[in-house]
Amino acid sequence: MAIAARGPSTADVVRQHLQGRRIDYKGALFQAAILVALLLSLVILFVLISQVVRGGIEVFQERGFDFLRGRLTVVSASIAGVGQGIAGSLLLMAFVVLAAFPAGIGAAVYLQEYAPDTKLNRFVNVNIRNLAGVPSIVYGILGLVIFVQVLGPLTGGKTVMAGGLTLAVLVLPIVILTTMEALRAVPGSIREAGFGVGATRWEVIRSHVLPAAAPGILTGTVLSISRAIGETAPLLLVGATTGLLATGGSGFFESLRGGYTALPVIVYRWTSLPNEDFRALTSAAIIVLLLLTLSTNAIAIILRNRYERKW
Amino acid sequence: MTAQETKPGIRLDTAEHAVERRPAGELVFDVQDLSVYYGEFRAVREISMSIAQNQITALIGPSGCGKTTMLRCFNRMNDLIETARVEGKILYHGVDLYEKSVDPVEVRRRIGMVFQKPNPFPKSIYDNVAFGPKIAGFKGNMDDLVEQSLQKAALWDEVKSRLKESATGLSGGQQQRLCIARCVAVEPDVILMDEPCSALDPIATGKVEDLMQDIKDEYTIVIVTHNMQQAARVSDMTAFFTAEVNEEQDRRTGVLVEYDKTERIFTNPTDERTENYVTGRFG
Amino acid sequence: MAAIGAPTGAMDLRGDARRRRKETRIRRVFQGAAVFSVIVSVLIVASLLGRALFFLSKVDLSALWIPSRGWYPRRGVFDIPTIVMGTLVVSGIGMLVAAPLGLGAAIYLSEYAKPRVRRILKPILEILAGVPSVVLGFFAITWIIPNVVQTIWPEAGFFNMMGAGIAVGILITPLVASVAEDSLRSVPGALREASYGMGARKRTTTMKIVVPAAVSGIMASLILGLSRAIGETMIVAIAAGASGGSAFKINPLEPGQTMTAAMTALAIGSDQVRGQEGTFESLFFVGLVLFFITLVLNIVSERFVRRVRKKY
Repeated sequence: MAIAARGPSTADVVRQHLQGRRIDYKGALFQAAILVALLLSLVILFVLISQVVRGGIEVFQERGFDFLRGRLTVVSASIAGVGQGIAGSLLLMAFVVLAAFPAGIGAAVYLQEYAPDTKLNRFVNVNIRNLAGVPSIVYGILGLVIFVQVLGPLTGGKTVMAGGLTLAVLVLPIVILTTMEALRAVPGSIREAGFGVGATRWEVIRSHVLPAAAPGILTGTVLSISRAIGETAPLLLVGATTGLLATGGSGFFESLRGGYTALPVIVYRWTSLPNEDFRALTSAAIIVLLLLTLSTNAIAIILRNRYERKW
Repeated sequence: MTAQETKPGIRLDTAEHAVERRPAGELVFDVQDLSVYYGEFRAVREISMSIAQNQITALIGPSGCGKTTMLRCFNRMNDLIETARVEGKILYHGVDLYEKSVDPVEVRRRIGMVFQKPNPFPKSIYDNVAFGPKIAGFKGNMDDLVEQSLQKAALWDEVKSRLKESATGLSGGQQQRLCIARCVAVEPDVILMDEPCSALDPIATGKVEDLMQDIKDEYTIVIVTHNMQQAARVSDMTAFFTAEVNEEQDRRTGVLVEYDKTERIFTNPTDERTENYVTGRFG
Repeated sequence: MAAIGAPTGAMDLRGDARRRRKETRIRRVFQGAAVFSVIVSVLIVASLLGRALFFLSKVDLSALWIPSRGWYPRRGVFDIPTIVMGTLVVSGIGMLVAAPLGLGAAIYLSEYAKPRVRRILKPILEILAGVPSVVLGFFAITWIIPNVVQTIWPEAGFFNMMGAGIAVGILITPLVASVAEDSLRSVPGALREASYGMGARKRTTTMKIVVPAAVSGIMASLILGLSRAIGETMIVAIAAGASGGSAFKINPLEPGQTMTAAMTALAIGSDQVRGQEGTFESLFFVGLVLFFITLVLNIVSERFVRRVRKKY
């Protein structure tokens, strides 16, 4: 006490030392730079959407739902529409749901729950990761050779069935990987509890692991649908350009073996036209396409955030 | 070579002692020269012990001494670890559990397990208890069975009004008693408990210990515990394990040091290592 | 209770044979699904290989590697360096856009953003990941090229590799950001606390501790982004401007041809291609080259990712 009383008080000295440099300019600059990087990505998204909406909104104002029913044509802009594209995209999705989801979830369950840790199974794992990174146009070649040519007698050639199966194979690795991740997140203690009361592996998986992993699996499958709706390149190789969806008296199953088109393919074809009339139509088609892909994407994100849980 | 010579860790000099090692009453388990390997590494070495019906047998010892590994052999939970391999025999009422024709699923139905951390299924309280009987093909009145099981686990009064609520909303102690109810619902013969109170507070621990005494008449209980007081309080027989350091691999292999009546282990142990452990000088 | 029955005396531990058979059946079904995924990869290689070899048997092999001849399939001129260079230019520009944007966004979201801000901004970034590439192609020719590229470089034409490259960069930014952010967030908080505990500032902690600790994952994010950029098809097919053939181009302000765009051109023009034998088959050869380039990149990025997993 006596010492402190003579000079400046201890508290003053300490305060002076603790003040340091007031402002970290470099740090603030750095933070600003990375914030700009993030915001720029968001601004681009905003510009993109506003650009497309500005370009395409008049089509909806003038023609309303007529545009949604219109035909695929590159000749007359006034009657052109995306009706066939919507129908084609929905049919393609049906194939993805029916073919890729069971196969993908099944493969994931095997690899995550059953497969012993052998060299072969590790190879299969790596293989699936690599499949997820194969460019989509390469899947188009696979579809062309396997589903159009080799399985031609079954699919009928460049048909909606060939296109749907191609997209199903394309999203298969995504479905497998996201499902495996969801299964991995289920704690082992739940499995042990199931085995502990005398359940078989399948009983444990069906009653406890799959229900616990369901939100994650759902997120993955919805994401893969979003991806499939937007895919264009592989469809160009398996005949989506042939246009008309065969409808009429031949029945539903026959129409699966007919020609088709899809929304993104329509966007691509109209984009390549020099005719200015089609600019607005392209924007309008993109609005429909974005509504489909972004809303499915948003659903997946919301699902994931809602059910994200810590065990 | 006799069995004794292969087990330097256990000093069984006299015939009298060897007799004492066997518990009184009908045997449920008879472990003969059991070794467990994880890959190349031997986790437990040449254990022989027998466990009697309607008794509580405690496995104690320092960490890494193979108690849990040993316990998980009794209901073949180790099968779930890919690299695990078992040598020797575990006779269960005279049948070797590791015989080829034995179905591990059936084993686990008869020999239930309560785990270290309460692990209720993320489902309703009712479904937690009903799951086991359902898959075992139980045809009777499920509501009655659930009630009886919860009553045996001394949990019924606390949860009877909210059977349909999620089990994850229960307190840790309640969850653990639910796990015991879930276990007794399939009418097991034996209940294995792997440090069932290590995640619980003293009050919840007391309840689980009381519960063990209550259900002991119906079941045979084998419990692994870190807590020596707990072993002394609840068990009839106690087995003390320790870890032998393997210099070549720098890993620990569990061995059984002494197996005797609980009272004797804690008051008058034969082996010096047991004495050091139970008096707190080691571990 | 009796329905289950307490065991006494001689034990029957053989279990229920029907239940076991069912278990085996179900396991087989799942296994079949997993095997299917392997078959897919075999099929990819198989469908590429046959016709790619046919192509190689029909063309003058030495001519495939002479730069400056250009890529003109209908005239039978196949010059691999032309389309590889086009791909390098476009994906290089894409990386110049995506690396700073993606990594900056990742660092901000992982280290700086308050939880509430993060909860709003991250989903928006993820929505950007859902924009189909054909839409970004349209965006490239209607907005990026006229408003950005031609403003900076008035001499640029309506179609050029610069515009396509920027759009590709926008496409892969969310991917880079998401993989990089995951690896940044997997750096244990204790490491940050250790740094703060020694009196380091936030920026120092981020750049000297967190980023180096996550460097494997950041590398993986960039390699994965590059792989995606190389395989991106629709943007270049729409905006890079070479519909059929192209001369050997390095200047990004000129139109150019990439591997993927060359494949698209062959695919949609396949009915008209009746020229030289092997013209259509060049599609398979280019596909095979593309497949192996992306495969190598994916394997390398996988290595990096695994290194992260091992560490934490």
